[in-house]
Amino acid sequence: MDFAFTHEHEELRQTVRRFMENESSEATVRTLMETEPGYDRRTWERMASELSLLGLMVPERHGGAGLGPVELAIAMEEMGRVLFCGPYLASAVLATGALLHGADEAAQRKLLPAIASGKSIATVAVTEAAGKWDLASVAMRATRVGSEWKLSGVKDYVLDGHLADALIVAAKADDGLALFQVEANASGLERHALPTLDLTRKMARLNFSSTPATRISAGEATGALKQVMALGVTMLAAEQVGGAQRCLEMSTEYAKTRLQFGRPIGSFQAIKHKCADMLVETEFARSAAYHAAFAIADGEDGFEAAHLAKSYCSESYFHAAAENIQIHGGMGFTWEHPAHLYFKRARASSILFGDPSEHRLQLANILEL
Amino acid sequence: MAQREISEEDLRKRVRALLEEAHPDKVDQFTFRGKLYDYGLAWVHFPEGFGGLGVSPGMQAVIADELSKHAKTHYDDMMINAIGIGMGAPTVLTHGTDWMRKTLLRRIFTGEDIWCQLFSEPGSGSDVAGLATRATREGDYWTVNGQKVWTSLAHVSKWGMLLARTNPDAPKHAGMSYFLLDMQSPGVEVRPLHQITGEAEFNEVFLTDVKIPADRLMGREGEGWKVAITTLMNERTAIGGGGPTRRGAGSIGVLINLWKSREQGQFSPDAEILLRDRITKLYIEAELLRMTTQRGKAARKAGNPGPEGSVVKLAQAELNKRIWECAMDVMGADSLIYEPGYKRRRPTSRAREGRNSLTKYQFLRARANSIEGGTSEVMRNILGERVLGLPGEPRSDKDVPWKQIPRSA
Ligand SMILES: Cc1cc2nc3c(=O)[nH]c(=O)nc-3n(C[C@H](O)[C@H](O)[C@H](O)COP(=O)(O)OP(=O)(O)OC[C@H]3O[C@@H](n4cnc5c(N)ncnc54)[C@H](O)[C@@H]3O)c2cc1C
Ligand SMILES: Cc1cc2nc3c(=O)[nH]c(=O)nc-3n(C[C@H](O)[C@H](O)[C@H](O)COP(=O)(O)OP(=O)(O)OC[C@H]3O[C@@H](n4cnc5c(N)ncnc54)[C@H](O)[C@@H]3O)c2cc1C
Repeated sequence: MDFAFTHEHEELRQTVRRFMENESSEATVRTLMETEPGYDRRTWERMASELSLLGLMVPERHGGAGLGPVELAIAMEEMGRVLFCGPYLASAVLATGALLHGADEAAQRKLLPAIASGKSIATVAVTEAAGKWDLASVAMRATRVGSEWKLSGVKDYVLDGHLADALIVAAKADDGLALFQVEANASGLERHALPTLDLTRKMARLNFSSTPATRISAGEATGALKQVMALGVTMLAAEQVGGAQRCLEMSTEYAKTRLQFGRPIGSFQAIKHKCADMLVETEFARSAAYHAAFAIADGEDGFEAAHLAKSYCSESYFHAAAENIQIHGGMGFTWEHPAHLYFKRARASSILFGDPSEHRLQLANILEL
Repeated sequence: MAQREISEEDLRKRVRALLEEAHPDKVDQFTFRGKLYDYGLAWVHFPEGFGGLGVSPGMQAVIADELSKHAKTHYDDMMINAIGIGMGAPTVLTHGTDWMRKTLLRRIFTGEDIWCQLFSEPGSGSDVAGLATRATREGDYWTVNGQKVWTSLAHVSKWGMLLARTNPDAPKHAGMSYFLLDMQSPGVEVRPLHQITGEAEFNEVFLTDVKIPADRLMGREGEGWKVAITTLMNERTAIGGGGPTRRGAGSIGVLINLWKSREQGQFSPDAEILLRDRITKLYIEAELLRMTTQRGKAARKAGNPGPEGSVVKLAQAELNKRIWECAMDVMGADSLIYEPGYKRRRPTSRAREGRNSLTKYQFLRARANSIEGGTSEVMRNILGERVLGLPGEPRSDKDVPWKQIPRSA
């Protein structure tokens, strides 16, 4: 595998970067993060109409751009750079992935075009009270009443669950884990936006009591959901690369211009060497995320590459974000400075979908270490 | 140097044609490597006629892959002449005279001529540009006096890349010249220096009234630093960038084999959990080192590498040390035993065949990874300053004549 980005890939990157720099400035991020929905409707619609970003992975016959994981990773990396606020990971990655891997044709035909056009925002609800991104621990039950399915129980830490129009829920049916679609306004559904550590990414708790649902997966959904997790983890890793790169840039820019003891702090090796280490780690993280994206694009299950990427990218992003605060001194500790926004995103994304040691454990199992 | 287009399939065809003519299972190593050179498959990023095809160094992997499909004999052992191939050749190509390019390059690649690098001195290591070995012009010859140190393979070398001071009144970077030294010249004395493994890979080299013909200068008089930079940039990729191309090969492979063949009950269940996570972490970094190296090669155009080579050199050095440390932990008490008396060998190539106590040896040898070819601290300075553009440190040795700079012995 040679990570060969094509000319089209580079163009996509430039287009997304320009768009994100305009639409997701620090001021915009700060405004949105204080709102409950946490995203801007107009920007979201433009992402669909002007850039076809919302349906990047949606096949053309369902109204999408018909592209793959490599293009998606490029978009995620660029969003990670600017801490883009919006339900992209939930809708364009997880829900789209769940529909593509685990849903029947009818559900795909119904939901994918709406996701791609931005008319509908979707998310996937797997985790429950324990907060574990672990399919074996899903306890929610689905019961069949006549021709209808009903869900009861709690889903927690659901990405953008408070605003999604369509919820794709993992629950246990008689024949094992299955996927269900629940409308946002379904009866017996209560949604609570959660106060998150990372204000730039929203989560919700969803209470279901005999909530009507449509079963969208034909058989057992565990295999499909594993594919979705590999995709989600890979895209999150790509987002982390973008964030880490931005932290490195901020640190370097500051180290060139901040003078103490009569010289730029970047001329002190204590600072210079921190930056050099961040550079090495960011380059490694890039290799990890790209490798995982290319592996999935090449038709592999991608588990090994995804575990590797999530483990490494989480740790290197967090390290870069933490060093970025340190290099900015007292300034880096303030609310006004963006360093804490990256620090919180890094911390939260490190836990999301399983922490680094969990992914190392999975990797070790695959490698039979 | 213009980038040439050649398809992967064309390259594979070329390899197969070569194998028809000279298969490594049938001809000797020198003959086979000579043919690789003639077919432009030696170092593909070199120009045609000089062992290459003028394409990105990333394409070398295609050649290795095709060769490995048809031949089981080891064909690509850079270790046969690591310094010559990794550093000497690109320096000759970039700065050498026509005579040098025509007569030296092929023999470097085949391994007929072993090369060494005469840069470091007792008083200048990281600060190569501060070196004190003197070369003075006398008619058609230069006369050289001084001492070099840590010179790997000097005891088996035909040629040495010698950096010497030709003008002590100029600031340090401006007063050096770069010479091609015939190691058999009178006045060259090579004495072994034993390292912490007991072996003597490297040497002290004493130069006493050594005569070098004037046409053995590389680059112009006083421009030795520029030539040396070419050598050093390539040294980083030669040392750090040659790393394993196969998944799980190299030091991490040894560690994983050791781990998998541990005895039942050797570690407590708690210790197993900790070691397993540590090994997985090392595996991840080893994989990323391999991928980052590959990514760098694929992105590189033909020609000399840039300062980004330091990313891989730094990472490789630090990682390799940690891998061997972990391997010693997995060996447990057995790691306390070493071969009797630390045999004082003097290896004739960098190939590591026939050495006992391999892991323990590698554990010791790895200490050099973050020193040889530029220390890790120097690599971080290079990344900080040349790649990220951070300001340098205030310096007291920059614009003054070399002879006024304070020096340690
Ligand atoms: C919570 C908090 C409370 C504080 N309370 C007080 C207080 O009560 N009174 C008060 O007077 N101050 C206070 N300070 C200020 C504090 O002393 C400074 O923030 C600190 O000295 C760093 O200075 P700086 O923020 O200007 O960063 P800088 O000095 O600009 O440093 C930026 C970065 O460069 C590094 N750096 C700077 N010089 C060197 C060097 N020579 N070598 C290597 N690295 C270097 C620093 O370590 C840091 O990583 C407080 C700060 C904080 C965060
Ligand atoms: C196995 C081996 C093989 C070698 N082979 C060769 C060879 O074939 N030819 C050859 O010419 N040389 C060779 N060397 C020499 C090698 O290049 C030098 O050892 C190396 O450049 C360091 O120089 P030094 O040993 O003089 O250490 P010094 O430069 O004295 O460094 C001592 C310490 O100070 C640190 N330091 C120095 N300057 C700075 C700075 N500016 N900022 C921060 N820290 C600094 C260093 O990182 C190091 O930790 C070899 C070395 C080894 C170990």
